[in-house]
Amino acid sequence: MVWKIFLFLLLAFVSIAGITFPIVEKPSAWYEFPFIPGLEENAKIIFFHVPTSWLTVIAFLLSTVFSFRYLRTKNLDDDAKAYSAAQLGMIFCILATVTGAVWAKFAWGSFWSWDPRQTSIFAILLIYGALFALRSSIESEDKRATLSAVYSMIAFVTVPFFIFIMPRIMKGLHPGSADDTNAGPVIDFKMNSNMQLIFFLSLIGFTILFFWMWRVGYRSIIIKDKLNKQLTGPLAG
Amino acid sequence: MIAKSYSLFKKDFHSELRTRYAINSLAMFIIVAISVILFSIGNETITTSLTAGLFWVVIFFTAMSGLARAFVSEEERGTTLTLQLIASPSTVFTGKLIFNMILVFCMNLVIALLYSALFEKFIVQNFSLFLLTFVLGNIGLAVASTIIAAIIAKAGAKGTLYPVLSFPILLPLILTCVQLTLFSFDGTRFEEAKFELAIVVGYDVIMLTASYMLFDFIWKD
Repeated sequence: MVWKIFLFLLLAFVSIAGITFPIVEKPSAWYEFPFIPGLEENAKIIFFHVPTSWLTVIAFLLSTVFSFRYLRTKNLDDDAKAYSAAQLGMIFCILATVTGAVWAKFAWGSFWSWDPRQTSIFAILLIYGALFALRSSIESEDKRATLSAVYSMIAFVTVPFFIFIMPRIMKGLHPGSADDTNAGPVIDFKMNSNMQLIFFLSLIGFTILFFWMWRVGYRSIIIKDKLNKQLTGPLAG
Repeated sequence: MIAKSYSLFKKDFHSELRTRYAINSLAMFIIVAISVILFSIGNETITTSLTAGLFWVVIFFTAMSGLARAFVSEEERGTTLTLQLIASPSTVFTGKLIFNMILVFCMNLVIALLYSALFEKFIVQNFSLFLLTFVLGNIGLAVASTIIAAIIAKAGAKGTLYPVLSFPILLPLILTCVQLTLFSFDGTRFEEAKFELAIVVGYDVIMLTASYMLFDFIWKD
């Protein structure tokens, strides 16, 4: 209970600070953010957009780890964990895509311009979609778990290419691309210390939120499975 | 193991020659897809980059229409259990992979020949780069589509699911191959295309390793 209150306070502080703190030319007070050329007022999206895309990747990683564990142990609980992580990953992936597109409208002038980062988030969205399409097409529980575990592991070998290599080698508009000169590596030196602090607080807050949601998610899946078995058990036997 | 894989391949090859199902449907699909593209272009001239993109679009969809057969046919005939008894998973995978690989090479050769005959902007300046892209791209395409075909066959051979599952997996390969094809049209030297080539080689190696490691789990259920 204590950490839920702590999480509430943390996320409330991050939301208020991220939205209301002013951006000025030369920050002097503790609540002022620096002016980053090329990003300007739009820079505030970093507190909400970056955590969602970070959690998309974390969810994918967790889903793959538990898929791997399922293939080794054949324990359906691991499959429930992987599935729950993938569900959350899909939600955060959509959030990252939408917030990114809205930001792009104001920063670049159009919602979608096939920037390398946009291509990569779109590809991850497709992978998640394909995973759910595969899951819904199989009736048998064990078969569904095995095949989706294999598929998510095959997808995981191709994903590093999308998230880590392609956006950094291809010329793009997104901050942090290969030819980016003014916005540069934003996190390293363009932010001042209080902006960095709120950014990392936001990252931590969203990560805790994710793990909480994930725990609730996979527990409900496991309990649902158990109830189903109890209900159908006597009839079948 | 090699001898067994080869005899598996020979079995597929003979049954293919007998029915000619995959060859016929692939050939018809190529003709249909290219003629639809030509109809929609009409009298306009399209750019080089669009030609390179359309080349890989046809390759992708042709592969999607024909390559799922490899494992689906075993499930349909009910011969999966026999195969499981007589051969190890990696042997089965090698046999199927060789068959799909040859199918992909034949079909892409036909597509490339048709493109060079029918599209004005399909002029390869750097032929060795094009050839290398073609070979590496085909290997990646064959490996990825074979392992997805194995998943599809176990999932109950849902036809529409095959392109849905394959597209995200093949996307990095296709994007890089389109780029490399464009380079070969522009006459870019090897040194400048080194990075893209490294990506395609890496993709092929990773895909091959992952497929061999994961095929056991798909095959023995």
